[in-house]
Amino acid sequence: MPAALAAVVLGVAACGTDGPDAARPVPNDASDGSITVFAAASLTAPFTELAGQFEAAYPGSQVTLNFAGSSDLVGQLSEGAPADVFASADEESMAKVAEADLLADEPVAFATNTLQLAVPSDNPAGITSLEDAARPGVKVVVCAERVPCGALAARLQAAADVDLVPVSEESSVTDVLGKVTSGQADAGLVYVTDVRTAGAAVRGIGIREAGSAVNTYPIAALADSASPATAQEFVEFASGPVGRAVLGAAGFGAP
Amino acid sequence: MHPRPARPRSAAAGAETARVPRWVVAVAVVGGLFVLLPIAAMALRVDWPRFLPLVSSDSAQAALLLSLRTSLTATALCVVVGVPMALVLARTSFRGQQLVRSLVLLPLVLPPVVGGIALLYTFGRRGLLGSTLGTLGIDIAFSTTAVVMAQTFVALPFLVLSLEGALRTVGTRYEAVGATLGADRWTVLRRITLPLVLPALVSGAVLSFARALGEFGATLTFAGSLEGTTRTLPLEVYLQRETDPDAAVALSLILVVVAVVVVGIAHRVRPLGALRAAPGGSARPPGGHGRLP
Repeated sequence: MPAALAAVVLGVAACGTDGPDAARPVPNDASDGSITVFAAASLTAPFTELAGQFEAAYPGSQVTLNFAGSSDLVGQLSEGAPADVFASADEESMAKVAEADLLADEPVAFATNTLQLAVPSDNPAGITSLEDAARPGVKVVVCAERVPCGALAARLQAAADVDLVPVSEESSVTDVLGKVTSGQADAGLVYVTDVRTAGAAVRGIGIREAGSAVNTYPIAALADSASPATAQEFVEFASGPVGRAVLGAAGFGAP
Repeated sequence: MHPRPARPRSAAAGAETARVPRWVVAVAVVGGLFVLLPIAAMALRVDWPRFLPLVSSDSAQAALLLSLRTSLTATALCVVVGVPMALVLARTSFRGQQLVRSLVLLPLVLPPVVGGIALLYTFGRRGLLGSTLGTLGIDIAFSTTAVVMAQTFVALPFLVLSLEGALRTVGTRYEAVGATLGADRWTVLRRITLPLVLPALVSGAVLSFARALGEFGATLTFAGSLEGTTRTLPLEVYLQRETDPDAAVALSLILVVVAVVVVGIAHRVRPLGALRAAPGGSARPPGGHGRLP
């Protein structure tokens, strides 16, 4: 019985992987133009458009996109997920990938993002500034300080000399936005680009000191890429004029 | 690798396994490994020298205490509400009962985040009841109450399900005898029905507690996440994973240990209930058995 069991287990294991030699073409094989791009969730809309434009500009290339929170992507990459390009929403996540020796090249800063106050479209608490959000009784939601958008929110509060008393510290900026769009919260600190994505459900309220808490998005080709040439071209495309235009339209700033 | 165990050593067990084809056993073992391996893999990843500091950090302690507090409250609510629900479902008959039973079990199969959205649209500030509650001065948004509500919502079916099943299994014979001897409904319920199904009530409550403890999606959607107020242990694990995966794994292991203990208790209690119900089985009045699911 143990032998039969081992055979079954090995059989299952063999089905699970494609075999180390079969799937990947020889490195530096320029004929294969398909790449997988791991990008931060906040880049979903602009990178989907950018990938289409890239495929049009480089015939024969094919871009597969994988969006998730930056730290999730770092986790996937360090566990060996196959990818060719990594675009992160913060420099810390990129630094972790660099420390793990997974980068082919130095990362390039290609976009910036700042914070805004999102309020429900009818603005029930009548908020017009960051100071308003700090009033007692106002239900304001931010990211937890342990995640990038929360660290940025803390920097912003320090720069503006405002102390928010949040009713909730969410793990992700989408959860903050969700609390605002559903009307549970009176205000939430989110990225400018999130306010754009949310459309009519929320209103964005600019913050004077937003410029003192800027988030920089780096992009880099990965060392294990099967199509290093295409990966490099995509990095240049995203950080070049086309990328700047698409990202600018989505609300991102220039680095 | 190993020689086969000598046959006589487990003659009784051998007689039982002989009835199942070997490939069935093999598939079952693979299935078991599929469940156990990930748990083992997680245990292997625990940073043991740092385990104690990791699980005793302030935020971890706050999350653990909040989780225990809210889960116990949710379990109590499940018992208070769930026992009458199970009694009505098992001991009365009314039009649409089958439908009601299915609907009551809905939270069991709903993705928790959907439960959270449903609660949000009911009790949220702009929900069906939320605005009425708001004018009464009751605001449960981002409060510990919201956590307890989310936990009760997902845990209630476990209690109703196990208790209703037990009520149907024990049948109504003893209750009928009690009634003919002059006991009123409340006495029958208190002295006959509830003692008979007590083991099922305990195991149902334990399962509800476990479900409440593991609640994540509905809490995240409905209650938010603030240390000491709404950030329960699963939410703390989710947040820690972003920055300190070691801490997340250590806290996960605590939840696994609690789950194992809970499942152990529930299984120790349940067979007892089955045994006690068995003698009545042969003399069960008709109807009590026929509608078993």
